[in-house]
Amino acid sequence: MFGLGKSHTNSLRMDAPQPTSLLDIGAQNVIGKPLDRYEGPLKVSGRALYSAEYVFPDMAYGVLVGARRGAGRVVSIDAEAVTSLPGVIDVVTDFKTFIRNPGQGGETEAPTQGVEEIVYFGQVIAIVLAESYEAARDAAIRLPVEYEEAAGRFDFAAHKHETDVPPENNTPAHFGQGDLDQAMAEAAFTVDASFTTPSQNSAAMEPHASVAMWDEDRLTLYGSYQIPTKDAMQLADALGVGKDQVRIVSHFVGGGFGSKLGIAPETTAAAIAAKRLGRPVKAVMLRQQVFDATVRRSNTEQRIRLAADAHGRLIGIGHETLTSNLPGEDYFEPAGIGTHFLYPGEHRLITHDQVRLNLVLSGSMRAPGEAVGMLALETAMDMLAEQMAIDPVELRRRNEPLLDPEKNVPYSSRSLRECLDLGAQTFGWDARETRPAQRREGEWLIGMGMAAAARSNLLQSEEAKVRIEPSGRAVIETAMTDIGTGTYSVLSQIAGELLGLDPRSVDVRLGDSDMPASGGSGGSWGACGSGSAVYLACEELRRQLAKTLGVEPGAMTLKDGLAIAQNKSMPLAELVGDGIEAMGAISPGKQKDAVTQASYGAHFAEVAVNAVTGEVRVRRMLGVFAAGRILNEKTARSQCLGGMTFGIGAALTEELLHDGRTGKLVNRDLAEYHIPVNADVPQLEVLFVAERDQHSNPLHAKGLGELGISGAGAAITNAIYNACGVRVRDYPLTLDKILPGLPDL
Amino acid sequence: MKLFDYQRADTPEQAAASAVAPGTRFIAGGTNLLDLMKLQVETPERLVDVSRLELAKIETREDGGVTIGAMVPNSDLAADPHVIRNYPVLSRALLAGATGQLRNKATTGGNLLQRTRCYYFYDVATPCNKREPGSGCSAIGGVNRILAILGTSDQCIATHPSDMAVAMRALDATIVTVKADGDRRRIPMAEFHRLPGDRPHIDTILEQGELITHVELPSPPPGGRHAYRKVRDRASYAFALVSVAAVIEVEDGRIAKAALAFGGLAHKPWRDPEVEHILIGQTPGKALFEAAADALVRDARGFGHNDFKIPLARRTLIATLQDLTGGR
Ligand SMILES: Cc1cc2nc3c(=O)[nH]c(=O)nc-3n(C[C@H](O)[C@H](O)[C@H](O)COP(=O)(O)OP(=O)(O)OC[C@H]3O[C@@H](n4cnc5c(N)ncnc54)[C@H](O)[C@@H]3O)c2cc1C
Ligand code: SF4
Repeated sequence: MFGLGKSHTNSLRMDAPQPTSLLDIGAQNVIGKPLDRYEGPLKVSGRALYSAEYVFPDMAYGVLVGARRGAGRVVSIDAEAVTSLPGVIDVVTDFKTFIRNPGQGGETEAPTQGVEEIVYFGQVIAIVLAESYEAARDAAIRLPVEYEEAAGRFDFAAHKHETDVPPENNTPAHFGQGDLDQAMAEAAFTVDASFTTPSQNSAAMEPHASVAMWDEDRLTLYGSYQIPTKDAMQLADALGVGKDQVRIVSHFVGGGFGSKLGIAPETTAAAIAAKRLGRPVKAVMLRQQVFDATVRRSNTEQRIRLAADAHGRLIGIGHETLTSNLPGEDYFEPAGIGTHFLYPGEHRLITHDQVRLNLVLSGSMRAPGEAVGMLALETAMDMLAEQMAIDPVELRRRNEPLLDPEKNVPYSSRSLRECLDLGAQTFGWDARETRPAQRREGEWLIGMGMAAAARSNLLQSEEAKVRIEPSGRAVIETAMTDIGTGTYSVLSQIAGELLGLDPRSVDVRLGDSDMPASGGSGGSWGACGSGSAVYLACEELRRQLAKTLGVEPGAMTLKDGLAIAQNKSMPLAELVGDGIEAMGAISPGKQKDAVTQASYGAHFAEVAVNAVTGEVRVRRMLGVFAAGRILNEKTARSQCLGGMTFGIGAALTEELLHDGRTGKLVNRDLAEYHIPVNADVPQLEVLFVAERDQHSNPLHAKGLGELGISGAGAAITNAIYNACGVRVRDYPLTLDKILPGLPDL
Repeated sequence: MKLFDYQRADTPEQAAASAVAPGTRFIAGGTNLLDLMKLQVETPERLVDVSRLELAKIETREDGGVTIGAMVPNSDLAADPHVIRNYPVLSRALLAGATGQLRNKATTGGNLLQRTRCYYFYDVATPCNKREPGSGCSAIGGVNRILAILGTSDQCIATHPSDMAVAMRALDATIVTVKADGDRRRIPMAEFHRLPGDRPHIDTILEQGELITHVELPSPPPGGRHAYRKVRDRASYAFALVSVAAVIEVEDGRIAKAALAFGGLAHKPWRDPEVEHILIGQTPGKALFEAAADALVRDARGFGHNDFKIPLARRTLIATLQDLTGGR
């Protein structure tokens, strides 16, 4: 039989479309089904171990020390002042090796290292080790540190005219086509409006945590990370050791939303401390440190210009953005990324300029680019519709491009119009008052709003190994993670469909950098990428099974653990002997540029604005989405609900507040950084439009995890305008901004 | 968290006596104190656990008033049938506070003594006169959106965050205590909390070791209509930007009684006799309400981010009065 030791690799580069998918001929009929979460029982019974829960004999507890200056230099750390406290073991720092800030997603090199110079308030400068967490925390707070303070750049408004042009980030920093000024001058209708969005934090429920232990010269780190394959490379590079000397294990991740794409400061601190002590070290960030020293979504200032002809068709579109980041960091928030392909118009200007600030690193947070860019763009579209006195849904229908307006290539699949139509009908959109402030129920002004959703579809290189055991069960191994998204479930369904197994007969092993390399969870690419690798491995296994049976793969049916061919059926367990295995590998190819790939949707919201206080309550929301094949309707729906909830937060409440004098973040816990709570999240409804995408991958699926947030907040702001006639362009729309526009009592 | 001694008290008197030494704190529900200890905003040497004292009863007195034990959880108090019937403003205020989980743990005494939510108070890395007298006030000139507009000083502009206390202020509650030497005191709500002045680190007039044993509500106001209106940034789990506790009685077309207390505006639950005076004896109507609202904010001062609280307080008061009296 096959597969003793060595496994064959079935590779695919996405150079050509994949007209057929084996998922359409699978007989198990589990793909797409709203199956319960594969790992759900483990989670609800507390048996799913998260990084901070690992305990090892002789483990020391570490608590990080954050700088109490926003800019300057550490002069000295008086470790002796705390090492005499009961239970305290040591204070460890390494001014050269500690990382200054987290790594960005997908990087394989260490993030910026060196912590003697302080570039933001809260920057991690040391770790205190003790026999208990409490003792370590006490000493970390008390540790005397002497600083030399320097003038910092903390105030965006004060520095916004000092910009630089950052290097490309999935989108060029600057793009121009035609002559937008001319188009604005000639257009029948124009909008020229500026918007601001604040810095935000992912606020994942699980704080960043690492448990590090060395075995000779090999480090194993249980850490809460989204991309173990690359994070292990970042960490190895930071520590100056070989790639094979670092293993990162992230079996369960309690939410990441981008903040765990790269290694964070507790990783190197734990690793270095574990080495020095010769003991396992656990370092869990305090909630305040997650805010202070991981990643923020950059604040933005955005100018949107729309130039439309007499029919409302766009002839020009401008999206000029300012964002901020630490000195020396390349990443910029690509706020204009969705504007490149969402709407037509020959004359285009999309720019990103960076303001250098001494505030914690800005990096990817759920739907980097679209999430904030569409808050501006989709509000501007609403303003255009109002100016033309046409329905905002109709305005979008009139602006469906046939080809990508910049690249002149077709869309891989695009069902925006279907989403708009189904959404408008389901939501009861025709009941919307066209003029604002027309509907009142007691003190509450009621309004409806909508917005389009779009999120680019990305593919990473991915590998996965699939084995059929002598027992007939299948095992999947990949370094891919499940950050709450449903990876465990969808991979078990893909293998189940293709190998003819109940998904519960598939063991899914994830989140270990020793496993086949994965692009991890991020950019909505996880399910499609790792799912394709599993698909390809299963395709190879199907070939091997068919060969054993002596038939063509197409002449064989796999169902319920049986291989059926030529009217005979045979249990897989018998067929595979000592077991067979195969690797699947997918990588991006020519399809990336041959077509424009994105997922689309439409958001509808109904809100109530209190006419006395300006308080806003979302009453109901509907999101209609098309993202190619839906792999598990339940986990997909949950992703969309989560995204829409993020949209509520972005529109109404979420904002990091920095003290402009010191650069200190002041609202750094969940009592004062306001994410929506249950009472803020009303009836949310999600519908999917059936779609297949041959250009994306052999699953015919597209990214979904970030689609739900894209545009969601704009639907709410547009509904607020419709409710009360107040158009706020500075997010979030807290009541103090709405209040001045409300009528007298 | 700093190491501390822990002791469990058997009687209120014993609790008070054992807390006489500076650096001793009572712990009840712990929902505020423990958070502050983790951050080392509070660093007690010793905790006296009062949570098991037999002070968890709600009793109706002969005069119809209610005596509430200091350990009564916020949830129980809010759900008490007598309170719901006769003091609905209190029940509503309690339910507007925090979350179900916190209310199950939070006690009546602890709620009155919860500390401000000023961002800077919570962070030992920043100057704060309330936390560290003389270090300065970071909120003035800093981020102060949630802070006070009335009764502030140049030393501190913090607010008292409680909802319950605002209702108790409108109801003219009395706080009953036992001191370290065994003496008992009865303190009117009006005198219990302080304004910051030049000693913002002192929130109330309680002495070291003084234990709250009960809160007494006077016999219920007959026929009054009650409202607790809380304006906040999200629908739950957020402190009041502005809140109004109102008990209004209209007789023969005129306002006979008005008790109005405000949260989110000051270092203590705010009550202004002039506001009530303007209303009493008058026919409800918009002009009257506006006059009362003007009086409320006459001495208000914003600090930049919180300027909006001035119009917000005005509007909230007017709307509450309109609601309770039907006057337009
Ligand atoms: C995230 C969050 C949100 C919240 N939101 C709200 C809100 O919206 N509205 C609101 O009103 N509250 C809110 N709270 C506050 C909550 O109501 C208080 O934490 C709670 O009421 C305190 O009661 P406790 O029994 O837990 O007090 P503890 O934490 O045990 O004690 C608080 C203080 O009171 C002292 N103390 C306790 N009992 C006595 C006594 N009998 N005599 C003398 N001193 C005593 C303690 O020494 C301590 O200094 C919120 C709290 C949190 C954490
Ligand atoms: S307002 Fe009061 S509590 Fe806040 S920083 Fe100033 S002194 Fe401290």
